[in-house]
Amino acid sequence: MKKYTDTGKKDTRSGFGAGLTELGKTNENVVALCADLTGSLKMDDFKKNHPERFFQVGIAEANMIGIAAGMTIGGKIPFTGTFANFSTGRVYDQIRQSVAYSGKNVKICASHAGVTLGEDGATHQILEDIGLMKMLPGMTVINTCDYNQTKAATIAVAEHDGPVYLRFGRPKVANFTPEDQTFEIGKAVLLNEGADVTIVATGHLVWEALQAAEKLEEKGISAEVINIHTIKPLDEEAILKSVKKTGCVVTCEEHNYLGGLGESVARVLAENHPTPQAFVATQDTFGESGTPDELMDKYGLNAEAIITKAKKVIGRK
Amino acid sequence: MSNSQNLNDLVIQVRRDILRMVHNVNSGHPGGSLGCAEFFVVLYNEIMKHNPSFNMNGTNEDLFFLSNGHISPVFYSVLARSGYFDVDELNTFRKIDSRLQGHPTTHEGLPGVRVASGSLGQGMSVAIGAAEAKKLNKDNHLVYSLHGDGELQEGQNWEAIMYAAANKVDNLIATVDLNGQQIDGSTDQVLDMGNLKAKFEAFGWTVLEIKEGNNLEAIKKGLTNAKAETGKGKPVCILMYTVMGNGVDFMMHTHEWHGKAPNDEQLEVALAQNPETLGDY
Repeated sequence: MKKYTDTGKKDTRSGFGAGLTELGKTNENVVALCADLTGSLKMDDFKKNHPERFFQVGIAEANMIGIAAGMTIGGKIPFTGTFANFSTGRVYDQIRQSVAYSGKNVKICASHAGVTLGEDGATHQILEDIGLMKMLPGMTVINTCDYNQTKAATIAVAEHDGPVYLRFGRPKVANFTPEDQTFEIGKAVLLNEGADVTIVATGHLVWEALQAAEKLEEKGISAEVINIHTIKPLDEEAILKSVKKTGCVVTCEEHNYLGGLGESVARVLAENHPTPQAFVATQDTFGESGTPDELMDKYGLNAEAIITKAKKVIGRK
Repeated sequence: MSNSQNLNDLVIQVRRDILRMVHNVNSGHPGGSLGCAEFFVVLYNEIMKHNPSFNMNGTNEDLFFLSNGHISPVFYSVLARSGYFDVDELNTFRKIDSRLQGHPTTHEGLPGVRVASGSLGQGMSVAIGAAEAKKLNKDNHLVYSLHGDGELQEGQNWEAIMYAAANKVDNLIATVDLNGQQIDGSTDQVLDMGNLKAKFEAFGWTVLEIKEGNNLEAIKKGLTNAKAETGKGKPVCILMYTVMGNGVDFMMHTHEWHGKAPNDEQLEVALAQNPETLGDY
């Protein structure tokens, strides 16, 4: 199978910070707002370089979303930054009315998504945010897999006219996508061609999917791996093309199986090409304290879990 | 005819629009709309520099945000009679396929509306954002907003009030419609908000009062004074005392007409108290 190399573990949130730094230089309409988590979101550089375009709102996320919506009226492109939990569930109605329904060009940038936030526990680990955001009409939902992709996505969403939810994480993970990549919103990335099973993964699970595909190959199973960074709009064509070839699919995400990528894929398959599907996702549960690796292991969000589900779903063909 | 007579005629016509719009679809919010008719008429005719050939970004003009979106009838009537769209379109209020939704929205592209409102407590944050953008754009025009008094029970307002003072958002004039009523009764009964003047001042705002919020001259004077207070490092708040249902005797001084339309007989009585001036839509 195609070989991917980890060029050195990096956190996706630093990819966001690097992308924002780049935007600061290239797009004077970009402004950044943060709710008392500037360091955690890696927004320090932007703040230092462009103090006049950086807005510290304090621990007041609802106000942050409203201010961001208002700034678009003057032609600004606001990037809001806080943890995924406080970026979505805490401010759902503000996003719904002032941003999505109002069609405002706000980029909601959410770090520390999923269980890999780690030791802080379930109060801070949101596993429902993809569902909340994808249900909003007009909202683009992106969940990036590594540092390079997050940086590219951050730069790309500034060019997209409309509200975007950009989801990334806290821990240092493998950095394996090209440094010079062009990020195309809504376009799946085919990472490995295979014949027996399609693995559709998003976020931190993409690297795990590649590890799983390698191990499956050793066992004589050929896995096609697709990196779905954009959950909405979903690249339906890429998914259908793949499952028509392989006949089964495993969807992988650091999110509840209710409302996540898996359900979006299931709808596409049900309507167009009914196909056996297995879900690597959390099972309608909250998270808990622990290290990221321990949590990914406990909640079945790693290569091992993908291998088990792949074998099972192949048996259902 | 004097200018004040013109404005007075416009107020009466706006009242007729409000009453006929809500009666037409047997729904909507006449009470708060009637209470703010004079404010809207003065703001759009005497105070704001605004451009009815609408542009969303609103560069080089004053902006207005309605936070208590349920008083959409008065907003729509004044926008139409200021030239933002044809007054005949008021006939589509709350009907299927209309740009005049129950609560204001940008979604259907109605000129004059810059953000959706209806879910309460969000408008001040949006107005602050627009004011901050004006500062970044070196645009010296002002941002105006209107809020219900009951609406201040929503916590997001106080996040916004704190932010605006801390960040010296001094190109914003936020007016609170103090009619003392909300759906379940008087604001004092439902959730007493205490001394709002002292609260705004404690948060670091300049506070002005318009004691007669249904008097055209008093409103003009109050808004003019407020304009003079902008640019001094503090956001400006106007506490405007109004009578809910003003101009229709049986709708005044009660919360009962907050969200209820008059029936045929009631409409006739109400319109008789406000004889047609500029022509019904």
